[in-house]
Parts: sequence; C-alpha cells; structure tokens
Amino acid sequence: MSSTALSLPYPYSTVNRIFTIFMRETRYEFVRAMRTKAFSLSVIGFPVMFYLLFGVMNRAEAVHGQIVARYLLASYAAFGVVGAALFGVGVGLAGERASGWLELKRASPMPPLAYLAAKCVSAVAFGVIITGILCLIGTLGAGVHLRAAECFGIFGMTFVGGVPFACMGLLLAMLLPANSAPGIVNLIYLPMSYCSGLWMPFSLLPKWMQHVAPWLPTYHLAQLMLRVIGYAQPSETMRHVSALLGFALLFLGCAWIAFVRAEADA
Amino acid sequence: MSAVLETMDAIPDGMRFHERCAAASLREVTKRYGKDVIALDRVSLTLGNGEIVALLGPNGAGKSTAVKLMMGLTAPTEGSARVFGRDPLFAGNRLRTGVMLQVGRAPEMLRVREHVEIMRGYYPHPLSFAEIVRAAALEGIEARMFGQLSGGQKQRVLFALALAGDPDLIFLDEPTVGLDIEARRRMWAEIRSLRSRGKTVLLTTHYLEEADALADRIIVLNKGRVICEGSPAEVRSMGAAVTAKSQSPERDLRAAVAGVKLLSFQTKLSREQIMNLAGVRAVDVSGMRVTVTSSAPEATLRELLALDTELQGLEIKSPALEDAFLSLTTQE
Repeated sequence: MSSTALSLPYPYSTVNRIFTIFMRETRYEFVRAMRTKAFSLSVIGFPVMFYLLFGVMNRAEAVHGQIVARYLLASYAAFGVVGAALFGVGVGLAGERASGWLELKRASPMPPLAYLAAKCVSAVAFGVIITGILCLIGTLGAGVHLRAAECFGIFGMTFVGGVPFACMGLLLAMLLPANSAPGIVNLIYLPMSYCSGLWMPFSLLPKWMQHVAPWLPTYHLAQLMLRVIGYAQPSETMRHVSALLGFALLFLGCAWIAFVRAEADA
Repeated sequence: MSAVLETMDAIPDGMRFHERCAAASLREVTKRYGKDVIALDRVSLTLGNGEIVALLGPNGAGKSTAVKLMMGLTAPTEGSARVFGRDPLFAGNRLRTGVMLQVGRAPEMLRVREHVEIMRGYYPHPLSFAEIVRAAALEGIEARMFGQLSGGQKQRVLFALALAGDPDLIFLDEPTVGLDIEARRRMWAEIRSLRSRGKTVLLTTHYLEEADALADRIIVLNKGRVICEGSPAEVRSMGAAVTAKSQSPERDLRAAVAGVKLLSFQTKLSREQIMNLAGVRAVDVSGMRVTVTSSAPEATLRELLALDTELQGLEIKSPALEDAFLSLTTQE
C-alpha cells in the first residue's frame, strides 16, 4: 500500500473493475436480448421486412425527385433504432422492474449507470445491425448508391438516435405496467413513426400530419437521417439536433421524477 | 449518570455503542406506504456481528420492508437505518452485503454461469465460481438458461447470487420458498456455515421450523410491530405464556416465561376440576384428550395424579415454535 495509491480517489484496480463491470453488463445484456427470439426477431425483422416491401418493391419510384428506396433506407434505419430502444430499454426495463429483478440489481454493488448504459448500448447495437442489413439490401437489392461518407453518416445517426429514444424507453418503463407495456409501446411507436415519415416519404403525408410531426422526436431523427443522404434541408440541422437533445433531457427528467415518486411508494 | 446519557443522546445519530458495533440496525423505524398503510411501526432491531437473526412473521408483517430498509432500497418514514455504522445508501456498504430478494423472474435467457459471473464481477473479492456452485448446489445446471430451471433451482441460483461476493452481511428474504426438504436442509447447512465463517445473516421466513433450526435470535413481527424477540427457546416459552393468558399484554409477556409445558392426557376429571389445579393456565379438551398449558408443570402433575389415579396416556411437551408463533401473532 503506497501513499500514492491512497491519495488517488479511486485506485487503479477500482477503475479497472468498474470498466470491466460496464463491459460485462453490456455484453450480457446484448447476448440476452439476442437470445430472446421474440425480441430480436421482431426488432430486426420489422424494419427489414418493411424495407423489402416498400423500398425494394418500389425501387424505381421517385417522389419530388427523391428516390423512394434511398429515402426509406435512411428512414427505416431510424425506425429500427427507435424500435430497438423503445422495446429493449422500455419494455425490458418495465419487466425487470415489475419482477423485482431491478431491485435485486440495485441492492447489489452494481453501479446503476452500468445497468442503464448496458441497455442503451445494446439497443444501439441492434440499431447498427438493422442499419447494416438495410444498407446491404439497399445497395445490393434496390440499386441504392451510397457514398462512403453517407454510409458512415447513417451509422453515425443510428448511434446518436439511440440515446434520446433510450431515454424515452426509460420514461415508458417507469410509467407503464409490465404486462401492458409491449402493447402500449407499439401504440406509441407505430403511429409516431408513421407521422414522422418513417414509412413513406414525408411529403406524401397529409398536411395536418406534417404540422404535427415536429412535435415528435422521431421526426427530428428522420430529418437528420435524411440530411445525411441529402434529402433534407441542411439549414435545419441544428434545430433537429437541439430538438432531440431537448426531448432526451425532457424524457430523462420525467423518468427521474417518476422514479423518485415510485421510490417513495416502494 | 443522566449527564452521561445526555452526552450519548447528543451523538448526532443518537447511536448507542452496540449499534455502532452492530452489522446493521433499525432504530425506531416507521415506514408508511401512502397515507394509510403502515408497514413498520416504530421497529428497533439490531444484528450483531456474526449472528444469524430470523425475522419471523406471517405475510404482510413487514419482514421484506425491514430488509429493504437495511438494503437502502427504500427510506424510512421516521427513524433511522444503519449498516456497518453508516447510512444504508453508502456505496461501500454494498460491497460488503449480499442479498436474496423474492424475485418474480430473473432474466431468463442468461445461463446460470453467466448470472453468477455477472454478480461475482461486482465485488472486489468474490468467492470462486466453484465454491459458489458447491455452496448453492448448482452442480450440473451451470450451463442451463435461467428460464429452464425449476422453481427450486431458481431459488438456489438466487441464493448463489447472494453469496457470490463473499459478503460480510447477507440478507435472505424467504430463502427456502419452493425448495424440497433435501434442498432446504442443504441450504440450512450452508447458512450455518456462513456463521462459522463469521458472517452476519438476516433471514426472513414464515417457516417456524426454519427460524428454530437456524437462528441465534428470532424477532417476531406482526402487523409491522416487533412482538417478541429472543433465542428460539425463549420465543417458544413466551408463546406458551401467551397461549395460557391470551389477554396478557405484551409487557407481561416477557415476564411470564420459562418453564411452560403442555400436558396432554386422558382423564375423567371435569374441565373445572382441571382448571383449579396449580399452575394451569389453559385447558383444551378435544374428545377424550385434554391438553393443559401449565406454567408450573411439576405442581400441576402432582395434583393431577393425586386426583385421578386412572389417568392415562400422559405426554409432556415443550410448546412447539409453531404454537408459540401462532399465539404470538394472533394476539392483538
């Protein structure tokens, strides 16, 4: 025991241990989610299937000069990561909260952040898998041309997009009873995606829906995705980034309040 | 003398010496849920180092709430909880405690081995994997998914998670629910061996036999209150005293103790005659058989045998913990 070891707030071994905990927690969260077929098949399967149906089938179509297969590649990448976050974090956490597993975890020496980070990173990993499959299908099956920078950008937005929706999942997990969580999450996720132009080009949506869309976080993620492939206004980028950041903070804050309230009654 | 006491009260947390040395304690803790439900009502209890303490009580007595307070999972409405002399929320405490809660469902698509490895990883000096497998009797199921396990196997995995970090203080909330007799005995043996390694254990149970078999001290809770506290033998005799005088308030209970026996026999004597014998506190007649609770069994017997020379089938029993428990928790 040297004096330097004592003067550090956290000895090297502690930092190392905590880092290992984060890594292990994340790895097993991902492995667990992957093994849960009901989750992994539907979360990956739906955006891929929709893209095959609406993107690849309409490979020759263009709307207002935008190639549909190219547009939908970006929008379903957003759809995929949003689903992975809402179901992975939201429904997953709601179930673990209801079963008492979260309580056991909290009673353990696990750093609470490791638990949340693992869920968030796992959701993003699913998003990356979905985006990867979509890029393959798009370039090989639908004749979409993506430059390396665009491809890189779509993956980047998948990473970025995971965070606010992981926060939204956190909030939903605090509010929803576990047994009805999957249904309610779908009732939020699907209409929200539709209204934000994730399923079809935004310009084809009814005008009133286009006015509602800026109030939805998915709209801003979709616009950022489209910006990457040159299908959205570059001038609006900062607005969308700050909107997503705002939503993330709002969800986090509300989740925190809900958590503290639940604690008082627990 | 009073000055000394005042000085002690002036310690910020009002902790007494033994509470500072204790592994964990609750001091005058009240816990309310919402406005109406009182889970714990001014409960004080202390877990000494190296002790096995059983919290015994029916469902809804407040046992799990007591555990959660000491784990820092919920805060007391009034009063204070201490673990290793600090607030239960102190992060360092968690590295020295292990817990087994009543969990409805653990992540099902993780293998037993993975669950154990994750929990081991949280602690700086965990038990070896092999040791955990042995202690929780997980041999042969290490590679199974948690979701494929039977109820008893799941329970053993949760027990393994409580032991994994080799903690000094272990909370076991209803540890043997759903275990068959053999598995239960094996878990009991493990819990006893924890004490021999100097660990402190708090277990909650409504199995009276379990508290009797394991605990150094039993704390009986009912409706959020500590009804009595003592060694298994003391709790047994207190229970009998209550059976005998079912109206006796709690403070009499502690005084009216030791030496209570149950006498059971067949007799021609009337109920009134038996009631008038020395030491008799209660008479229970079922068919031909009479059961007498006596606080002075020798005196009772002497008079009884003198009165009825044809008395048959005499049995003398110490009141079972179960009787003690039931009489304690049903009085109000």
